[in-house]
Parts: sequence; structure tokens; C-alpha cells
Amino acid sequence: MWDHEIRAMASTHAIIASSVFMATVLPAVLVPGFSVYGTHLLWLYLVSGSIAAVSVAVFWLLGLTPPTKKHSLGYKLSRLFRSVLYLFLSCLFFHTVVVLYGAPLIESALETFSLAVLLTSLTTLRCLCILGPNVQAWIRVFSRHGAMSVWDTCLQITVACTLVGAWVGAFPIPLDWDRPWQVWPVSCSLGAMIGFLTGLVAAPAWIHYHRKQLTYKCK
Amino acid sequence: MKALPVLVLLLWVCALYFAGIYLFVSGFLLVRLEVNRTSTCGDVLHPAEEPVDFCRVPPRFRRVVLLVIDALKFDFARFDRSNTSPRPYENKLPVLEEAASSRPAHSRLFPFRADPPTTTMQRIKGFTTGSLPTFVDVGNNFASSAILEDNLIHQFGQTGKRLVFMGDDTWESLFPKKFHRSLPFPSFNVKDLHTVDNGILQHLYTTMVGDDWDVLVAHFLGVDHCGHRFGPDHAAMAEKLTQMDGVIRSVMERLQDDTLLVVMGDHGMTDTGDHGGESQKETDAAVFLYSPAPLFPGPPSQSEPGVVPQTDLVPTLALLLGVPIPYSSVGQVLLPLFPPHGQTGGVVGGLSQLEALWINAKQVNRFLETYSSMAEDIPPQSLSQLRAEFSRLSSEYLATVGEGRSPSPELMASLQAYLTSVRDTCRATWAQFNPLKMAAGLSILTLACLVCFISSELSHVLIGDNGPGFKAPVAVTLLAGLCAVVGQLIARGFTEMSWCVAAAAFSSELVFLWRARRARMAGIAKNGSKALKCAGWLMPHRLLTPPLLVALLRCASLLSDSYVIAEGRVVTFLVFSLALYIPIHLNWDHLLLPPSPDPLKSAGLVPPPALSPSTVRKESTTLLSCTGLLIGSVYLSLSFHGCREEQGSCQPSPFLSPLSRLQNSRLKNLHYVLSVVSLGFCTYLLRSCLRHYGNLNSSGGTVLVARCILPLLSVCLGLHWAVSATAEDSFRNLTEFISLAQLALPRAAFCLLGLGLVLIWLDPLTVFVKTRSEYSSRTSTLPPPRYRASTGISPQAELRHLIPQIYQRMRRSLDEGELSAGSEVESGPAVEAYGLGTVYSAPLLLLCGLLGIGLLLLHPEGMALSFFLLLLEMAALLHIHASSTTLSSLQGTFSGGYYVPWTTVVLWSLAATQFFHATGHLPTFPSIQWGAAFVGFPDGHTGTILPASLVTLNTFAAHILFAVACPLLLFWPLVREVRGSRGGEAFGEEGEDAVMEMRLRENPQQFSSALLQLSARYLFIHGAQVFASVCAAAILRRHLMVWKVFAPKLMFEASGFLVSSVFLLVGVTFVLRVDVAVGRWFKRLIPDASR
Ligand SMILES: [Zn+2]
Ligand SMILES: [Zn+2]
Repeated sequence: MWDHEIRAMASTHAIIASSVFMATVLPAVLVPGFSVYGTHLLWLYLVSGSIAAVSVAVFWLLGLTPPTKKHSLGYKLSRLFRSVLYLFLSCLFFHTVVVLYGAPLIESALETFSLAVLLTSLTTLRCLCILGPNVQAWIRVFSRHGAMSVWDTCLQITVACTLVGAWVGAFPIPLDWDRPWQVWPVSCSLGAMIGFLTGLVAAPAWIHYHRKQLTYKCK
Repeated sequence: MKALPVLVLLLWVCALYFAGIYLFVSGFLLVRLEVNRTSTCGDVLHPAEEPVDFCRVPPRFRRVVLLVIDALKFDFARFDRSNTSPRPYENKLPVLEEAASSRPAHSRLFPFRADPPTTTMQRIKGFTTGSLPTFVDVGNNFASSAILEDNLIHQFGQTGKRLVFMGDDTWESLFPKKFHRSLPFPSFNVKDLHTVDNGILQHLYTTMVGDDWDVLVAHFLGVDHCGHRFGPDHAAMAEKLTQMDGVIRSVMERLQDDTLLVVMGDHGMTDTGDHGGESQKETDAAVFLYSPAPLFPGPPSQSEPGVVPQTDLVPTLALLLGVPIPYSSVGQVLLPLFPPHGQTGGVVGGLSQLEALWINAKQVNRFLETYSSMAEDIPPQSLSQLRAEFSRLSSEYLATVGEGRSPSPELMASLQAYLTSVRDTCRATWAQFNPLKMAAGLSILTLACLVCFISSELSHVLIGDNGPGFKAPVAVTLLAGLCAVVGQLIARGFTEMSWCVAAAAFSSELVFLWRARRARMAGIAKNGSKALKCAGWLMPHRLLTPPLLVALLRCASLLSDSYVIAEGRVVTFLVFSLALYIPIHLNWDHLLLPPSPDPLKSAGLVPPPALSPSTVRKESTTLLSCTGLLIGSVYLSLSFHGCREEQGSCQPSPFLSPLSRLQNSRLKNLHYVLSVVSLGFCTYLLRSCLRHYGNLNSSGGTVLVARCILPLLSVCLGLHWAVSATAEDSFRNLTEFISLAQLALPRAAFCLLGLGLVLIWLDPLTVFVKTRSEYSSRTSTLPPPRYRASTGISPQAELRHLIPQIYQRMRRSLDEGELSAGSEVESGPAVEAYGLGTVYSAPLLLLCGLLGIGLLLLHPEGMALSFFLLLLEMAALLHIHASSTTLSSLQGTFSGGYYVPWTTVVLWSLAATQFFHATGHLPTFPSIQWGAAFVGFPDGHTGTILPASLVTLNTFAAHILFAVACPLLLFWPLVREVRGSRGGEAFGEEGEDAVMEMRLRENPQQFSSALLQLSARYLFIHGAQVFASVCAAAILRRHLMVWKVFAPKLMFEASGFLVSSVFLLVGVTFVLRVDVAVGRWFKRLIPDASR
């Protein structure tokens, strides 16, 4: 019954992953002097932007966003406005959390904020696409029986992978290896990106192997 | 409750850890073997000539003046004319440069490299014996004992030289009764810049002019103390160095032709004025040699050594003064001081360079032979290489001298190379380990961790009625120890204590594991339903929960030097992660938010809530805001960190330096006000917490402490800060008063603290019983007696659920008492017991408060803020724990019992480490805050135990507070109990009970097993950290950073564990003491019960 949905999910994830790949490789070919470490912030914004654009487009095409009763323009506008507000708030939230975790407060504020933007585009944007601008639903999804569809489970897995990846990415920073990827925030954003990609692969696979145990309530 | 098994088990677990640590450390920090043989005049023979008594030949110099200026860094001694704007410590000793430039044949200045550890006692040992004192001796700096090895002072005495000593009294304890005349001055008082130096100066010149001395040693301490107190970059340092300049000048003027002057530093200092480590700033001292007679063959040449190792002073001085080189010296003569071959004619009794080298090489070779016959730690390969080299050199030298030709420069060079390689070999060897002991210590520690974990998981079985007894294990342990003694006696003829301890510890661990397994099996067999619950407790999926994963990460971080260096940040990161995990995990389990009326409930996936959503919302709000508070205080605590020397661009916290060092008076006032305000807040919070739970009503000892002693203590502390922060010269007419206050205020605080602790121990109850008859006399019917667990909670039908029998008896006895007293009241009295609900936690809280203020007294003033944060974080942790327990119990997933989850315990122990750093401490020896030893003792100490314990208390303040407060974790969910959370199923009516901690008296079995579990878990986390740092030291023992990072970390981690376990036991014992007192209280209330 879910084979169709799992296939759709896998192909969606393939598209998103390829967008990450393109955002990394294309500028490296076209723009001279571009590298993931060297021009890290540029890479970071390119990746965030492409992921944001591709996921919005893909999820819009899939029509996953919960159907709304009212279709008035004002309602749509307010939804859009709220989404943008949430995105911005989520950037601030991630920035605060990262600073509390030990990121420098003043010196590299731009780098920290860029990491927050990346994390937002990897996690909050996905929540927005799947659940709409509804914070209560977001909180509900991240609980044991909170997932109400395959896409919710997928959201759980990818968000958790991304955040854990960013968390693990902080580990090499104090080591005295003097590598270019140990510079703040390279390792964290790489960790988040690797975690996200892992989540993209893991989510359909996990759902595929556990499809017998998964039972969802209808909405 | 079963007090004895809990205490015995905990004591035994601690003893296991101590045994493991002791064994490992005794194998890891190996002491160099001391060769107790001395050189004699007959040993030194000129090879080719007739046997001459070396000591009878007139030496090059008859007398020597040794001016030791403690911590005379090379930067202080250098003079740079081009430096137009010198810092306070630069260019302050121009006399050295003047002498060197005007009389180049008479004087020379060299950098003088000390070997680590750069503490004064080790250095005096080093430059008198010529050997390399090892790491272990660092701890002896307080209790310096006499040097038993052969040394220069002994040799001078042997040859009849009269030694006069003045200055640092460390010398007197190192060389007791060796001096002809000695004027020691106390060295420990770091704050005192002038006593020692002025004492020396009073006697130095008069002694020099006289003729009753041959060797004069003067050890000045002012520069070192100035560094410790103000740092090198301070006007006081300039003043001190200028004074030293004058001293050197005056001494040079009074020198005679047959006298050699040596001005030297024993070590350098860091930029903060400390020393002890092995950074170049600490090791590079200066040495200046001068004599009115020509000392050097010519002006400085290229061939002269750039840096003189400190060991080289010993053979040089010995040969220049005509005494044998001390037996165990591995130094090399300073060649420029000896004339080249064939130019010795002019100087009476002088040795040529070659002769000096030869004597030196022979002595070193002899030492090497003796040492290698005593100890087998020098690798045989390099030993045979050195032997072959020496015999080759020896035959070549004898041939050269026998033929009377002038020596080839190659011979000299290879003699020097030989000496250098001997020293390098020794240096490498004396970091040798005893792998057998290390392995034994490691395995005992491994099993101890396992034992600790098992006793935390099986605490209910161990405490239960059919738990394992104590007789058999004790017997087995003693037997094993005895076997070890006998076995060693048979095999080796003597016994070594450590192996007996190892055997006993190991066998007792095995017996415990076996018996625990059997007890568990028995438990499973008895009630099969529990088998499922117990079966998988060692499975990976139960061990790899996030809290244990965080603990594992913490342990793993101890294996990398980078993480140890950044430990403060690492621990903060982990605390933060775990703090965020709690609400996320609760949300995952649907516990954080009140269940909305959604299809989940109707489907039966979520059990129906036991209480209204409003309570859940309230608890969640508490939890989230406390998480916020926790995170905030964790983040703010980062600003109190100190800096390791390895952290290049780090600035130590401005709050770390004592206020008296601050120059800006407005800043000083601001800091002072901040400190006093936070101290006041701490006191206020403690008191208001006690008042809130009705613990301040009675008139017992503890209440007295809370009401009077605690505020008095704070006032004392505030005044003490005010006095100690005043600049020395600001109130000249009040100097005496200030010094009196500096003595009296901290001592008064100590006395108050002691009094408070004694009172709390003697009378820990804070329960106030009030008999009220006037209200009840009006009513005709017999109202239920009012027996309140606490104030602020409705008094209805509270006692009913408490301890029904006791209550009934109490009621009856009170009735009878009233009747027999013949009072006119016909109705029963009402009884209110204030503060009964917090009968355990209130005195414990007060104990922690007292200890906290006492420990704060030993810290710099600015640390009051950090202690305030510590209090906030503790409170936040307790509330988070209580709320999450309530939330899980409210919604039916509560597992029963009073068990504290791993998450909380791990957070609690990580917070201890976090505040170790946030109170300005670091796991390095130079960062120890020695100032703590002078609080209340500004004039120093006579003994060594008191200052050492003061410094220990200062260093491990955070460990102490968190360990003592650990049982609070058990009590807090009960203190903050929400009515109806637990009694719900038994009594459904509206008048729910709030018996709080009285629940623990209802279930003494569960109480003791929960207490045991909590303590074992806390010990396990700390023990695992010790285990990890022991592993790090064992695995990385050849690492570049082992003596700089891992060995100090191991020492600090082990001492931290020691202190933590002792104070955890103190906390647990105190809880048991309160339990006894509560039992007595009940008995006194109900005389029937005692019958
Ligand atoms: Zn010194
Ligand atoms: Zn010193």
C-alpha cells in the first residue's frame, strides 16, 4: 500500500540530494577559486538556497501540504507571512542555541548565523513544507506516536539526523590537527550536511524495512 | 532503614577504587632510585701521576658566595640598552651587564635551564645533588625532608669548609645540621615580600666581611613572592629587582680574590608569576658568575654553551672549590671556567679542561655502574654502549697523558658527548614505569567500575532481606591478603604492601560479582514476573542510552590531550546537550504537554492522564524555565574559567585575581559589590527555601544555624573581603587594625562554620510540633487532629495516610496525656508538625549552604558570582529532576520506587566537573590556588596538614558541594510532590495527602536501596572518569604530553574522586543520622512505640 509513497519519497530525496551535489560541484567547475573550505560561506548559502528552492518546489508539486478549507488570497498571504516569520525566528533560535553551545559570541557572528541559516533550511523548512506553519504540529510530530503519515516519520528521521550530524560536527574543533575543515563553522555545517544526506537515504530505507510495524491514524 | 549495609557497601566500593588508584599510581609515577653512597677524596685520582689526595691540593677558589634569587628568570637578568621603554621587570639588573662588558674575563651571564618540575624544593635538590628529581617529589614541597643522596653541601662539610646559610628555610629542612651557621626564614608566606630578604640583608654584609666562612649561601625569596602576588609585570617587581641589583653590587664590592660569586635563579616564572611546569618561561633561569680574579681565559667565544643545564653547576663548583663531585651527579663541568691544556701554570691548583672532564667522566661512569647494579631500569643496550664508549675514551686519555702530548680536540669533544649521552639516558630512564603494578591497578579499577554499576542496578536485591551477607566476603578478602603476604615471603623473602592490597581487593571483587549473580538468580526464581524486568539490564540497548552515552563521551574525551586542555568547554558542551535532552525526551514520550483531546487517547495509545492538564502545564513550565535557568547559568559560568599555558589566545577570567591586585578603585568597588550581592542572594535563597517549607519554626540547633549562624557567616565573609581588598598603603594609621581583622574575621568564620556543623549534626531536626487546643475546644465533636506535613498545604486528613499505627498511638497518647494532666479541655488536641515533610532535605540543604559559604571563604572574592551560579544550577537541576519525575508519574508511566535516573546523576556529576573549572581551577599544578592556605593564617603555618587541607578544600570545592548535596536528588521529587500524584489510586477523595519525605519512612527498604543506588551511580560516573584518565596515562605513557597533561590530569581526577567519595559518604551518613533522629522523635512523641 505504501510502496507508492515510499517510491515517491525516494525520488524526492534523490532530487534534493542531487541539488546539494549540483550546488557543490557546479560552482567548483564554473567559479574559479571556489572550494568548500576556502569559500565556505558562499558554498553554505548556495546549498541552503538550492535545498530550500528544490524542497519547496518538490513538496508543492507533491501537494503534501495539508489542504486548507479556505482558499482566500488573504489567508494564503498570512500563511506565507507566518512561514517567513517562522523561518526567521528559527534562524535566530538556532543561532542562540549554537552560541550557547560554545560558539564565539561576537567574533564570527556571521559564520554562526550562516550555520543557523543552513540548519533552518535543512530542518525548519522541511517542517514547514510537510506540516505547514503550525508549531503545535511540529512539536507533536517529534513524539513517539506523533507521526501520522509516512512523511512525518521521514521528517523525524531527517531532522534528527541533521541535528545529530551538526552536534557531532563540533567534536573535532578542539583537536590540534590544524586542518582547514576544523575552522568554525566548517565542521559543523559539513556534519549537518552529511547527517542530512544520511537522513535522506535512511528515511525511505527505514520505512521500507519497518512498513509492517508502522500503523498510522488517519488524519 | 538499613543503615549499616548501605554504608558498608559504599565504603567498600570506595576502598576498591582507592586500591586500584594506589596500585596504578605506584607503578606509574615511579620514583628514581636514590644511590646512598658518597664520593670521597680518595675517589678522585689524577691518573698518570702519583696518587695524590685530591682534597689536599689547594683549589682554584677557597670560598664561594652563592646568591640564589628565587625565580630569577633569564628575562630579568638580561640588559638591553636599546630598549627605551622597559617593562617593570626589564633592565632592572644593569650590574650584570656592566660587569660582563667591563671585565669580560671576570664575569659571565648564562641562561640556566632547570629541569621540570620547577618547584623550589626540587630545584634545590637538583642543583645540589646534580641529579634529576622526578615528578613524584612535587607533592613533597610542603613537607620537604632531608636529602639523603650525596650532595654539594655534604661534600663541602666533609672537606672542612664552613657553611653559612641564610634565607629560605627549605634549605634548613633539606640539609638539617649541615651548616656551620644558619639563619632560616619562613618561606611559605607568599604574600610577604620583604621579611626573608631583609633578614638576609641584615646579616649578609657583616658575615662577608668576617672570616669565619668558606661557603655562603643566601636564598632570596622576594622576587618569587612578588611574582606570585602581583605577577612579573608590576611596579613591585621593578622595586624588588632594583633592590637585588643593589645587593649584587654590594656583594661584588666586598669580594676577595679567592672568592667566587654565583648569582642564580632556581627557576623562571610564567607571565602570571607561577611556576612548576616545564614551559620555557618556567625553566629558563639565569646564572651569573663573577670573581675579582680572572675567571675565564678570555672574552666570550663562539664555543661557549648557549644554555647551561642546571645540573652542570654541581661538578663545576665541586672542582673549582676542590671537593669531590657528588656521587649521583650526572652534570657536566662548565668548560669555559677551566683553562685549556698547558695554561694551568698561572693558577694555583687549577685543573685543565681535559683533567676536569676526565674526573667528571670517571665519576659519572662510576655512578652509572653503581646505579645499574642496583636497579635494572636502564636499558642494557644503551648501558653497554655507554660502557664501551667510556673504556675507549679512557684508554685514549691514558695514552695521551702517558705520552705527554697535548690532547686532541676530538677527545675533549667525545668526552663531552659521553657525558651528555649519560645524562640523556638517565633522563629517559627515570620516566620508567612498573607495568605489572599498572596492569593490576587497571584491572582492579575495571572490576570496581563493574561492581559499582552492578550494585547500582541491583540495589534492591543487595539491600533486600535475602541479600548477600558480609561475613563470607570479609573472610575471603582477609584470606586472600594473607595468602599474598605468605606467598611473597616464600617467593621473595619480603612483603610489599601493595600486592597484598591488590590480592584482597581483587578477590573481594570476584566474590561480590559471584554472589551478586547468585542473589539475582534467587530473586528471579522467587518472583518470575520480575525476571523479565531484570533479565536484560546488561544488554547494549539499555547501556547505550543518551545519558550513558554522554558519560562515555566524557570518559573518551580524557584520552585526548586536546580535549583535556579544553576540558572546561567540553564538559559545558556535554552538560548543555544533556540538559536539552530532558525536555526533548519527555516530549518524545508525550509527557511534556497535556494530552490534547485528539484521537490518540481514544485509540488507547496514551493512557489517560492521572491529573488535570493545568497541573501538567504548570510542571512543564517549571521544567522548561528551569532548563532555561540551567542553560543560562552553564553559559555564564564559562566566564569564570582560568587559562592553561597551552591555550594560546586565552584570557583568564578577571574575577580570578584577588581584589587587592586590582588597581582601578571603581572597578574594585564594582567587583566587591557584585560579590557581596551574590553572597547575600545565596544566603537569602537558602533561608527562604527553608522558610517556605516550614523549617524555621522550631527552636532546635539546626534552626538556630539557619537563623543566626548562616547570616552571621555571610556578614563575616563580606567584611573579610572588604578588609582583604584594601590596598596596603591606603590606610596607614589603620595597618594594625587591618592586619588584626585579616586574622580575626576568617578565623571567626571558621569557628562559626565549625559551630554550625556541630549543631546540625547534634540536632538535625527542623520539625516544630504545635499543640493547639483553643480551636478545637469550641467544637463538641472530636475533630481529626491536625498533623501537618508542611505549611501551605491544606491540613485535611493528612495523617491518615502517613503511618496509621503510629498516628493512632500518637493520638491516643496525646489524649491520655491531656487527660492525665487534668486539663479542662474535654476534646482532643490538634497537632501541627511544621517542616516534617522536608525533615531530611532541610538539614542537608543547610549543611550544603554552610559548606558552600565556608568554601567560598577560601576562594578569591570574585568567585562569589560563580558560587551563586552553582547554587542556581543546583536548584535548576533539582527542579528539573523533580518536575520530570512528577510528569512521568502523573501520566502513569512512573515505574515506582524512588530511583533517580541516570540522566540526572550524569548531569549532577558533570556539573561538579564544570564548576571545578568555573571556580577558576584547572588540572595543572601551577594553577593551584595557594592563596587559600593563608585565609585566616596571613603569617603562614607551622605544620603542613592544615595548609594542605585548606588548599585541597579550595581546589575541589565544586566536587565537595555536589557530592554532599547528592542525596538531595532523592528527596527533591518528594519535596516538590504534587498532591494526588501517588496516593491517587489508594484514596480517591479530594483531600489528597502531601506527606512528602515521610513516604521514605513508610518504605525503609526502598529508601535504603534508593540511597544506595543513587550513591553508587554517582560514584560510578566519577569512578569511570578516573578509570578513563588512568587508561589515558597507561596507554599514552610515552606521549609527548604525558607529564604536562595526562599525569597531572590523573592526579587531579584521582584526588577529585577521593574527595568526592569522602564527601558523598559524609552526605549519606548525614542522611542516616537524620533518619535516626527522626526515629527518636517519633518515639518521643509516642512513648508506646518504644515499648
Ligand atoms: Zn623557587
Ligand atoms: Zn614560587
